[in-house]
Amino acid sequence: MNEIALLVAATFNAGTVLAIAALGLLINEKAGIVNLGAEGMMLCAAVAGFAAVVYTGNDWVGFLAGMGAGALMAAAFGVMVIWLNTNQYATGLALSLFGAGLSAFVGVGYVQAKLPPRGDYSIPFLSDIPFLGTALFKQHPLAYFALILMAAIVYFLFKSRAGLVLRSVGESPESAHALGYPVRRIRLLAVIFGGAMCGLAGAYLSVIYTPLWVQGMVAGKGWIALALTTFATWRPARVLLGAYLFGGVTMVQLALQSRGVAVSEQLLSMTPYIATIVVLALISRNPAWIRVNMPQSLGKPFYPGG
Amino acid sequence: MLAPRLEIKHVTKRYPSVVANDDVSLLVAPGEIHAVLGENGAGKSTLMKIIYGATQPDAGEVWFDGQRAHIKNPQEARARGISMVFQHFSLFETLTVAENIWLGLDKSFSLTTVRERIAQKAVEYGLELEADRPVHSLSIGERQRVEIVRALLTDPKVLILDEPTSVLTPQAVERLFAVLRKLAATGCSILYISHKLDEIRSLCTACTVLRGGKVTGIVDPRAESNASLSRLMIGAEPPTLVHRDVVLGDVALTVRGLTLASDQPFGTALSDVSMQIRAGEIVGIAGVSGNGQQELLAVLSGESTRAPLGSVTLFGADVSQQNPRARRAQGLHFVPEERLGRGAVPSLSLAQNTLLTRAATLVGKPPVAWIAPPRTAAMASDIIARFSVKAGGAQASAKSLSGGNLQKYIVGREISAMPKVLVVAQPTWGVDVGAAAQIRAELLKLRDAGCALVVVSEELDELFELCDRLHVIAKGKLSPTIATRDASIEKIGEWMSGLWTPEVADAQA
Repeated sequence: MNEIALLVAATFNAGTVLAIAALGLLINEKAGIVNLGAEGMMLCAAVAGFAAVVYTGNDWVGFLAGMGAGALMAAAFGVMVIWLNTNQYATGLALSLFGAGLSAFVGVGYVQAKLPPRGDYSIPFLSDIPFLGTALFKQHPLAYFALILMAAIVYFLFKSRAGLVLRSVGESPESAHALGYPVRRIRLLAVIFGGAMCGLAGAYLSVIYTPLWVQGMVAGKGWIALALTTFATWRPARVLLGAYLFGGVTMVQLALQSRGVAVSEQLLSMTPYIATIVVLALISRNPAWIRVNMPQSLGKPFYPGG
Repeated sequence: MLAPRLEIKHVTKRYPSVVANDDVSLLVAPGEIHAVLGENGAGKSTLMKIIYGATQPDAGEVWFDGQRAHIKNPQEARARGISMVFQHFSLFETLTVAENIWLGLDKSFSLTTVRERIAQKAVEYGLELEADRPVHSLSIGERQRVEIVRALLTDPKVLILDEPTSVLTPQAVERLFAVLRKLAATGCSILYISHKLDEIRSLCTACTVLRGGKVTGIVDPRAESNASLSRLMIGAEPPTLVHRDVVLGDVALTVRGLTLASDQPFGTALSDVSMQIRAGEIVGIAGVSGNGQQELLAVLSGESTRAPLGSVTLFGADVSQQNPRARRAQGLHFVPEERLGRGAVPSLSLAQNTLLTRAATLVGKPPVAWIAPPRTAAMASDIIARFSVKAGGAQASAKSLSGGNLQKYIVGREISAMPKVLVVAQPTWGVDVGAAAQIRAELLKLRDAGCALVVVSEELDELFELCDRLHVIAKGKLSPTIATRDASIEKIGEWMSGLWTPEVADAQA
């Protein structure tokens, strides 16, 4: 019983990283921009956040540093694809490779570094509830932030005028431009938001989740977050659901490993990625499903006045 | 005497290769419905862009309500009360009607007030709209209504409509005209851009004619005839087509009881479509776009091979699931609606583009299927000469040709293959009057030579001019056939809304 509660808690924790990153990417994809640099941004943010905590001892400074690093890289990406009209996919891939290299280079001195002792985040009373307390109420505040973020994004996208404008820019930038909306500025802001959320997720990974820094420690979570937006057909609630699902697959795999199930460790480590591919293939079988929700101009450059 | 609502004084706009507007002046009074008439490329769109602030003139002035106006961008134009309904709608497919309209309005409204005001305008002008439907589920006519309501809600002083009727049934055109007359009566000036002479004569109270970027006449269209307007527009009267009597041959192409779901998310399913085309006749298929034309054309051409066996036969042989190449080998050729991208590869030369449909005669048998550039070039030169295509030779890229010339080239490529059956979609869409007349004449010549033709078009005038028999397609169903000489625009218009009477269908069966 307690073991299951711990598994749920671990799933919640692992899903949080994916959820925050994927919700951020959802916003910039709703504005019509695909940023394949998620992995690189998360890596840079992870090392930036980790270093900040090493120096200041304050986790929240670490989160801010991570968000800053992610936002900065996203802004550079945004200027390239939005104003210089570089190819979004190629630029995103370059950003990922660049981020991996830069984080490894900067992170050399931090591989052995230790963080101050990690705190206990149990919520008084609630965490004493049998089973549920352990499963749900001993998480870091950012785990609950992911839930709030999802609700806020739902409200923003589907209830507010600003969200409507954002969706219209991703749907048809030409029409939005003709109506007088500053398409490029809106897209840049959306990209920066996406970068900041990837950064927050990266910092959470190195400061809370692991908590340590090793080269390449994001280990494909950026790519999974990217896949999640498609998996969720760009619906925020489904993104959250998908994030916990993938978090769960990762945790079950670890649990099986620790019990010495006689399957090779490498095969088990593959499961989250195989799950990603299978789910993407299944979703692509129903084009209507994607077509209705997918931002119609996703990945396409926009030339005002063209 | 009121100041004119809008006055254009001696506007000139040059582009690198062409003078789009050459000393153009235009005077629009309050409450006037003013036509701007001209062929494609006459400079109508450039002039409207200048008025709407989307581009700046090189010389000349724009005056609005008696004051000089420098309109730098569309927002400023809208703030002054200039609204525009675009030919290709600027709507967002996945958003609802109300959301689309909201995006075009001032920030100060809430979605609820927008809904109320939509309902209010709907009653006032008879423009029914369901505010919460997503736009992708609307018909083309309904989408235009959304655009018009969006424009009306800004309380425009000048409303610009760019070729608004090209997507409407004749009945919908009448309803649109009623709305526009009502709007003009409230003092709003309307600029009506079109090349359709009948419409301009029945709707507009003034008309400025453009040809080659210059004003060739300012007239009262009600006092003009089609011939006199046409002379102003193209400098000549349109050539009349010679129709010879039909000499019917064997049954060429048959579609029998074809029911087929669309493979596109927002497509139209075909439902029990049957038709028969004989050698030596042209059969027209009328209908508002999006009623199954794409799906039917795909089945006829072979781009879609999902039709059930036995539903499409060519000279008695079942071709339902054969691809276009196999059908071409049996004499069926196809001219698609999109010239660039489907009819021709934009970046390749005209010579290379012959390979798209003529490879069978140009390329040897595998395994030595070499392409012989001199032979493709020779074929391209032949087509250019025979169909008087204006192009920089066989090596010119397809995208360097104007729409009309590329269409002449593509139609020419298929005609010179001497097809036994030719399926043509929108033969003269966006083609200037001269080239259109030439293409139609070539299609008629092909008919007289014993080819069976299917022409799918949204232009009723064209179908009436060209075809021996007509069908109408509406919501994926095909009407019974009617001889063109027994048909009237009104009747076909009714059929386009899906209202053909069962008795007619029974009589045909």
